Amino acid sequence: MKTLTKAATTGLLFGVGGVYLALVGLLEMMQARPIVFGAVNLGQAVLALLALACGAVAARDAGPAFARAGAGLLGGLLAGALMALLQVIVATVPLQGMFIAASPALRNMLAFGFAPGPGALAMLLGGGIGGLAGAVLAVSVPSLRRAIVAGAAAVVIAGVFQELIQLMIQYEGIIGWIRDFVYTWQGLRPQGAVAIFVIAGGTSLVLSHRSSAGHVPSPDQRRRRRFISAGVALLVLVLMPLLAGAYIGEVLMLVGLYILMGMGLNLEVGLAGLLDLGFVAFFAVGAYTTALLMSGSSIGLLHLSYWEAMPIAVLVSILGGVLFGLPVLGVRGDYLAVATLGLGEIVRIVVLSDFAAPLLGGPQGVLDIPKPSIGSFELGSPVKLFYLTLVCAGVAAFIAWRLENSRLGRAWEALRDDEDVAQALGVNLIRSKLLAYGLGAAFAGLGGSIFATMLGSVYPSSFQLLISINVLALIIVGGMGSLPGVVLGAIALIGLPELLREFGEYRYLFYGAALIVMMRWKPEGLWPSEVRSRELHAAAGEAEPVAAMEPG
Amino acid sequence: MAEASLLLCRRLTRRFGGIAALTDLDLEVASGAIHSIIGPNGAGKTTVFNCITQNLSPTSGEVWFRSDRIDGLTPDRVAAAGISRTYQNIRLFRNITAIENLLVGMHLHVHSHWWGAVLGTPHTKREEARAHAEALKLLHFIDLAGRGDLLARNLAYGEQRRLEIGRALATRPKLLLLDEPTAGMNPHETSRMMAFIQRVRAEFDITILLIEHQMRVVMGMSDRVTVLDHGAKIAEGTPPEVQGDPAVIEAYLGVKSAAPTAARDHAASLLGAAASER
Amino acid sequence: MSAGPLAIPSVAARRGAARMSAVSLALWTVRFLVVALVVAGTIGTILKDRYTTAQWFEFVLFGLTIGSLYAQVALGYTMVYGVLRLINFAHGDIMMCGAFAGYFVATPLENSGFLEVHPVLGMAAILAAGMVVSGVIAVLTERIAYRPFRRVQGFAPLICAFGVSFFLEQTFRGLFGSSVKSYPAPKWEGVEFHWAGLSVPGVDLLVIVLAVAFMAVLYLIVQKTRMGMAMRAVSEDGEAAALMGVDVGKVIVFTFALGGAMAGIAGVFYAFLFKQVYFYMGFTPGIKAFGGAVLGGIGSVPGAMLGGFFLGLVESVGPSLFLDGIGIKAPYELRDVIAYTLMILVLVFRPQGILGEHMAKKRA
Ligand SMILES: Nc1ncnc2c1ncn2[C@@H]1O[C@H](COP(=O)(O)OP(=O)(O)O)[C@@H](O)[C@H]1O
Ligand SMILES: [Mg+2]
Repeated sequence: MKTLTKAATTGLLFGVGGVYLALVGLLEMMQARPIVFGAVNLGQAVLALLALACGAVAARDAGPAFARAGAGLLGGLLAGALMALLQVIVATVPLQGMFIAASPALRNMLAFGFAPGPGALAMLLGGGIGGLAGAVLAVSVPSLRRAIVAGAAAVVIAGVFQELIQLMIQYEGIIGWIRDFVYTWQGLRPQGAVAIFVIAGGTSLVLSHRSSAGHVPSPDQRRRRRFISAGVALLVLVLMPLLAGAYIGEVLMLVGLYILMGMGLNLEVGLAGLLDLGFVAFFAVGAYTTALLMSGSSIGLLHLSYWEAMPIAVLVSILGGVLFGLPVLGVRGDYLAVATLGLGEIVRIVVLSDFAAPLLGGPQGVLDIPKPSIGSFELGSPVKLFYLTLVCAGVAAFIAWRLENSRLGRAWEALRDDEDVAQALGVNLIRSKLLAYGLGAAFAGLGGSIFATMLGSVYPSSFQLLISINVLALIIVGGMGSLPGVVLGAIALIGLPELLREFGEYRYLFYGAALIVMMRWKPEGLWPSEVRSRELHAAAGEAEPVAAMEPG
Repeated sequence: MAEASLLLCRRLTRRFGGIAALTDLDLEVASGAIHSIIGPNGAGKTTVFNCITQNLSPTSGEVWFRSDRIDGLTPDRVAAAGISRTYQNIRLFRNITAIENLLVGMHLHVHSHWWGAVLGTPHTKREEARAHAEALKLLHFIDLAGRGDLLARNLAYGEQRRLEIGRALATRPKLLLLDEPTAGMNPHETSRMMAFIQRVRAEFDITILLIEHQMRVVMGMSDRVTVLDHGAKIAEGTPPEVQGDPAVIEAYLGVKSAAPTAARDHAASLLGAAASER
Repeated sequence: MSAGPLAIPSVAARRGAARMSAVSLALWTVRFLVVALVVAGTIGTILKDRYTTAQWFEFVLFGLTIGSLYAQVALGYTMVYGVLRLINFAHGDIMMCGAFAGYFVATPLENSGFLEVHPVLGMAAILAAGMVVSGVIAVLTERIAYRPFRRVQGFAPLICAFGVSFFLEQTFRGLFGSSVKSYPAPKWEGVEFHWAGLSVPGVDLLVIVLAVAFMAVLYLIVQKTRMGMAMRAVSEDGEAAALMGVDVGKVIVFTFALGGAMAGIAGVFYAFLFKQVYFYMGFTPGIKAFGGAVLGGIGSVPGAMLGGFFLGLVESVGPSLFLDGIGIKAPYELRDVIAYTLMILVLVFRPQGILGEHMAKKRA
C-alpha cells in the first residue's frame, strides 16, 4: 500500500514537472535542438528522461523486483496520463490567450504527431514503458547502469553541441573521415550516435571493472589528479579560441571576465563572509573610469592609452570599494545583502539619470573607447582580448590564492565564522572588512576596465543587478571560497548558456532552480574548497623553525 | 609574588533595558593569581567578562588594566593590551582547522602585510614559518598534536575546550579570562581541566580570572574568590573566608540565615568538600 | 607593573581618539550630508515656490496610496521574519503573482461588461483571485524551498530565497510571456472628487481605504485569533512556544498564507494603479517594502504598516521637496534613490527600526 501511494505520488510529481516544462515553453524550444539529426531531438530526450527518472524514483525501496517493476510502471503511467491530459486540453480548449506556450506545435509534439486521441494513448503508453524501463535500470547491475548512462550522456553532448564540435574538427585525413562518419553538416548521424554510445559505454564498463578491482586512490593521488584535470581544463581554455573560432572566443572572453569578477566577490563572500549584492557597482566604476580616461568623444577626459587607464581604473575601484564599505561596516548578514543591493541600485540609477548625464553621458553612455595595443599590435578582436582577460584572471587567481593563505585570509575566515570572537582575538574589523571590499572591488574594476575596451562603449544598462546575481550564483554553484570552483562556476553558468543561445531567455529560470537545488543538496558547491592541511605540511618558505614561544 | 593588581574594575555597572545585570562592582585581580568569580546562574559573571573585554560597553564605571584605562576601547585593542578570553558556550571558528584557529589567535603577533603575502616576500615567509612553529608547540601543549588538521567542528568536546584556551593563549595574554571551562564535564574531566589550568598558569606565567558555576571546583586552586549574586558582589576573600560567609551560603541555597541548621550544614559541606579534599 | 588607578591625562585623551575612529567619522559625515541635503533642499524648494498646494496635495495623496501598498507587502516580510528569522526575498514576486491572477480575472470581466455594471462584485472576484493565488504560491514556496532550512544558519536560506525569486519571475515569464500586459480600466475608475480646490482621484481613495481595511482585518487576526496569538508567541520565542504546545510548523504555513494573501491584494491594487502587469514588477516594490518593514522595526506588525506608509510618502514627496530645491534636474528620476537611501540609512543607523527595539535585541 505504501509502495503504491509512493509510486503514485512520484508519478504525479513527475507529471506536474513535465506539464511545467511544457507550459513554460521549454519543451517546445528543446524540440528544435536535434540530438540525432532527423531521429531524436532534445525535447524527446527530456521526455524520455522524465519517464525513466520517474520509474527509477518510484521503484526505489519498493522491495522485491516485481513490486519495483510495478511501481515504476504505475509512476510512469500516471506521469504520462498527466501529460496526455495536457495535450488533450491544449487540443480542445483555446489556452493560448493565457499560456503562450500552449500552441498547436506543443500539442503536436506531445501527441508525437498523432491526432489528440491516439496521441494521448501514445503518451500514456510511452510513460508506462519509460517508467518500467527506469525501474528495470534502477535494479540492474550498477556497472551496466553506469555504462548506459555514460553512453547516453555522451550521445546527448555530441548531438547538442554538434556545431561547436564540428567547428573544432575541420581537418582533412583521418579526423575528417571520422567526422564524416559521425556527423552530417546538419547534425549527428544515427550510425555516429550508435558508435559514440558503444565507445562511451564500453569505456565506462572497462573503467568500472578496473576500479572494482580494489584500487582506492589516496588523498594525495586524488589531489594530483585534480590538479592535472585543472591543468588540462586550463589548456583547453587557452587553445579553445584557436581551435573553435571567433564566436567561442567571444564566449570565453565573457567567461574570463566573470572568472575575474568571481575571484573578487569570492574574497568578499567566500572568505570574509560579506554577502555583497552591490558588486556590480565596482564593475561599473572600473568601466566608467576607463571609458572617461580613454574615450575620444567629447566627455572623454584625458585620452589616455589603455595601459595608463587600467591601473587608474583599478585604483579608483579600490577607492570605490572602500567608500562603499565604510557605511555598511556595522551591518551584518542578511541586512548587509539588502543594504549593498540598495547601494548598487543607487549607483545604477544615478549613472542613468539626467542629473549625472553631463559627466557620465546618461543613458547613451560613453562612446568611442579605443582598443588596447602593445606597440603597434592592437588587441582588436575578442579572441585577443580573451588572452588579456585570461592573463588578468590568472594574476587575480594567484593573488587570491596567496591572500587566502595569509594572515589577512585567516582573519577573513575568522570573521566569516564569528565576527565578535575574531575581534576579541585582535582582528581589526574595520581594516579587514575594508580590505575585503577594496581588493574585491579591484578585481571587479579590472574586469570592468577590460569590458569597456571590449565593447568600445559603456552605458548604464550594462550594469544591472543581474550581474551581481550572476557572479554570486557562479561562486555558489562552483563552491564558496574555492578558486577552481569559480572557474567551474563561470564555465557552467556563463559559458554553457551562451553555447545554448536559443535558451537564453530561460537562463535565469535555470539560475533560480540551480540556487535552490545547490543550497538544498550541495551547499558546498560543485568543487568545494579544500581543507588545508597545515600541521603536516609546513608553511611556505620552510625557514628554520624558530624556537622561542615566548610566554607572556 | 608581588601583590600588584593587574586588573581593576571600579563601580562597574551594566544594564539591559531595565534589568541591571551588574551593579557597582569593584574587582581587583592581583598579578599572577588565579582569581575565581563564582555565583549562581544569571548572577552576572559572564557580563563581567564582556565588560572587561569590551564586547559589551559598561553602562558606567571604569576598567583599568596595568596602568591604562581600557573601557571604551574596541575589543581588538583590549586583546592587543593583553587580555584574552574563552566563552561559556564554546565559540571556535568551526569551519577552519584547529591549527588555523591557533594561527588566527596569533594574528596580533604575525607581522606581515597582505601585499607581502601576495608578493611572497622573505619577511612574510619567515613570519609565517615562525607562527607555524609556535602554533605547533601550542598544539602540543593543549594535547592536540596530530589533530591540528581537523576542522574545529569535528573535534571532541574536551578537545574543543582546550583548543579554545589554546587560541586565547596564542594572543600571548597577560590576563586570561576563562568562562566556565568545565561546563558540561563530568567530575573526572573537570579535575583534569583544573589541573590543565594550573599548568597553563605555571607554563605561561600569566594571571587567570576564572568563572565557575559550581563553587567547590575552584576552591582548591584559587588564590582569591569573588562571589556574585544578582549582579552585585556579596563576598570576597580567600577560599576559606568565602566558604564560611553566611551571605554566600544564603545565595547558594536561597535560605535566610535563620533557616534550619540542617540546610546550612548541608551548604557548608557542599562548599567545604573541595577544601577538605585539599 | 604598577598598580591601577592612575589618572593619567594622556590615557583619557587616547580613549577619546579611539572613540572617534575613521568609521564613526565617516558615519557622522554621512549623517551630516543627509541632513544638510534635506534641509538645504527643503529651504530651496520653499524659496523657489515651484509647486502649488494642489500639487503638494497630489504628492502626499499618491505617497499615501503607494505607501498603503508597501505597507501591505511589508507585513509579509515582517511576519515571516518574525517566525523564521528569514528575509523572504521572493515576497515581492509573490505580489506579482497576485497581480497576474487579478489580471486574468479582470480582463474577461471587463470584456464581458460585468466589471462596469457590478463594480463591487467584480472587484471582490479580482481581489479574491489575487489573494488565493498569492497565498497558495507563498505556502508552496515555503514547503518546497524554505522548510529544509528551518534550523540552518548563515547564507543558505537567503540565497535560496534569491533562487525562489528568480524562479517565480522566470516561471511567470515563461508561462505568460515577457510583454507588459495592460490592466483593464473600467469607466467608474475615472471618478474624481473635488473639495476645496483639490481633486482626489477615486482610485487612490479606493486603494487607500481598502488597503487600510484589509490591514485592519489582518491586525485583528494577528491579535485576536488563536492562530494569530500562536504566531506572536512563535515570533517572541519559537522554542518556548513549541514547548508550550504550539504547532510551529502550522504557524509558519499560516504566516506564509496570510502574508501571501496580503501581498496578493497589494499586487492587484498595484496593477490597478499603474495599469501594467509584467513578470518583474514585484522586484522594486518588494525591496522598498522590505525597507518599510525594517524602518518600522522588523517583526513588528504595526511597525511594518507605519514604515510602508512612511516610505511611500518620502518617496513621493521627496524628489520635489529635497532634490528640486538643490537644483537637481528631473528629480523624479531619482525617487528610487531616495527610497533606497532611506532604507540603507535605517539599516546602518537604526537596524532595530522605529518600533522594533525588542526584536533587535533578539537578533544580537
Ligand atoms: N545581551 C544581553 N541582553 C539582555 N540581557 C542580558 C544579556 N546578557 C546577559 N543578560 C542578562 O544579564 C543577567 C546576567 O547574565 P550573565 O552575566 O550571563 O550571568 P551568568 O554568567 O552569571 O550566568 C541575566 O539576567 C541575563 O538575562
Ligand atoms: Mg555565564
